Amino acid sequence: MNHLAVVIQAADNVATAVADLSAGAAVSFFVGQDARECELQEDIPIGHKFAILDIPAGEAVIKYGEAIGTAAVAIPRGARVHIHNMESRRGRGDRS
Amino acid sequence: MNTDLIPEGAALGAEETFSGYRRENGQTGVRNHLAVIPTSVCAAVVAARIADLVEGAVAIPNQHGCCQVGADFQQTKRTLIGLGQNPNVGAALVVGLGCENIDAAEVAAAIARTGKKTDHILIQDCGGTLRAVAEGARRAAPLARELSAMRRTPCPVADLVLGVECGGSDFTSGLASNPATGAASDLLIQAGGVSILSETTEFIGAEHILADRAETPAVAQKLLAIVRACEQRSLAQHVDLRGSQPTPGNIAGGLTSIEEKSLGCIHKAGTAPIKDVLAYAEAPVGKGLFIMDSPGQDVDSVTGMLAGGATVILFTTGRGTPTGSPFAPVLKISANADTCVKMKDNIDIDVSAIIRGEASIAASGRLIFTEMLRAASGRLTKAESLGHREFGIYKIGPTF
Repeated sequence: MNHLAVVIQAADNVATAVADLSAGAAVSFFVGQDARECELQEDIPIGHKFAILDIPAGEAVIKYGEAIGTAAVAIPRGARVHIHNMESRRGRGDRS
Repeated sequence: MNTDLIPEGAALGAEETFSGYRRENGQTGVRNHLAVIPTSVCAAVVAARIADLVEGAVAIPNQHGCCQVGADFQQTKRTLIGLGQNPNVGAALVVGLGCENIDAAEVAAAIARTGKKTDHILIQDCGGTLRAVAEGARRAAPLARELSAMRRTPCPVADLVLGVECGGSDFTSGLASNPATGAASDLLIQAGGVSILSETTEFIGAEHILADRAETPAVAQKLLAIVRACEQRSLAQHVDLRGSQPTPGNIAGGLTSIEEKSLGCIHKAGTAPIKDVLAYAEAPVGKGLFIMDSPGQDVDSVTGMLAGGATVILFTTGRGTPTGSPFAPVLKISANADTCVKMKDNIDIDVSAIIRGEASIAASGRLIFTEMLRAASGRLTKAESLGHREFGIYKIGPTF
């Protein structure tokens, strides 16, 4: 984990920042064995996530190789992913 | 953190020992508390005052035990009995008011079946607060003297019953402290011990992964059923679980959904097969990894595992939390470097080197395992040294 962002499983479409990262920074990380880079569209606080692929609205956000929710809007590569643009699929009593 | 002391790949086998208290029923305690157990909220103040008077006595602040019915009543009773039966309790005094539906004599008799000295009083029989406090202290003091004469002896690691817990999670929990704690849990199970994973809420979104590790299809079905029931309870509230689970603090720390939180949480139970699914406060039968049905709320969850017989708790945190337990050492583990500095009064084990790429999950797991044995052998945890004894029984029905 020497990089500033971590992708846990090769199937993931988000990375987790392990330092405070700034908009415009080119952040490198590994996807499996492959070194990749992504330019950030906005500031990413430590511990928060950014998309490493364009995620269309309605598609799964994937971390740990599993769906952690659904993109509420189209999320471009390099954008922060959090409660403003990702919906949980579970425990949604507000929809029942 | 000095990981050099624990070489990666070092075997930790059944020959490892710690210093514990052998109980008459063959179980092993890591502490030797005199428990003062009020059977209802009405007896809680008297119980606390008895404990204030008697060296080494610990009272639990029970908020329930009266006007409960059905499964909710049974669960509170099972929890109180389980707490008294916990091997970390050397002797127990049960205090009832006298009119509650949890019967003090019955609770005391169930605790006494473990072979430990147990007594009980009723406040209404004693004749009020002052007489009950005096009578309770008169009966508890000789128990305290007997406990003080007991000695620790070398015990195999396989005697330990571990409860794994997480609280105040952030991104470091799922990435580092939970997997490292899971490695420690795996080491204990390899050595023949027991580990318990609770917090059913925090299986939501990850239950399929746990179900795949169930030893039998029946166990997998039990596991899926408790998660369904938990989610159903949240749906019945007609609100979005998000904001409560994950908590506002979890969200500030980068966790976006219960699914994401759960997928990180389950790592703290390592990779062992799942033997069985236990009810809240139910004791495991046999060795290996067990699931206990409990809420994600830490204090109720740890209380359930304690009542199920857990003698040591490994508790991971990202944002930091002070909580302890009345009868078990609770070791706090964090991989958040800032929290390890800011909340150093509360964090026992710093595994932030994992996040910096300076230590492996496996080496950190061995460090946690070693610290767990030191705590089991009598070294106070930070929570114990600061008197943290948080306690709460999980209610599953209304009080009438």
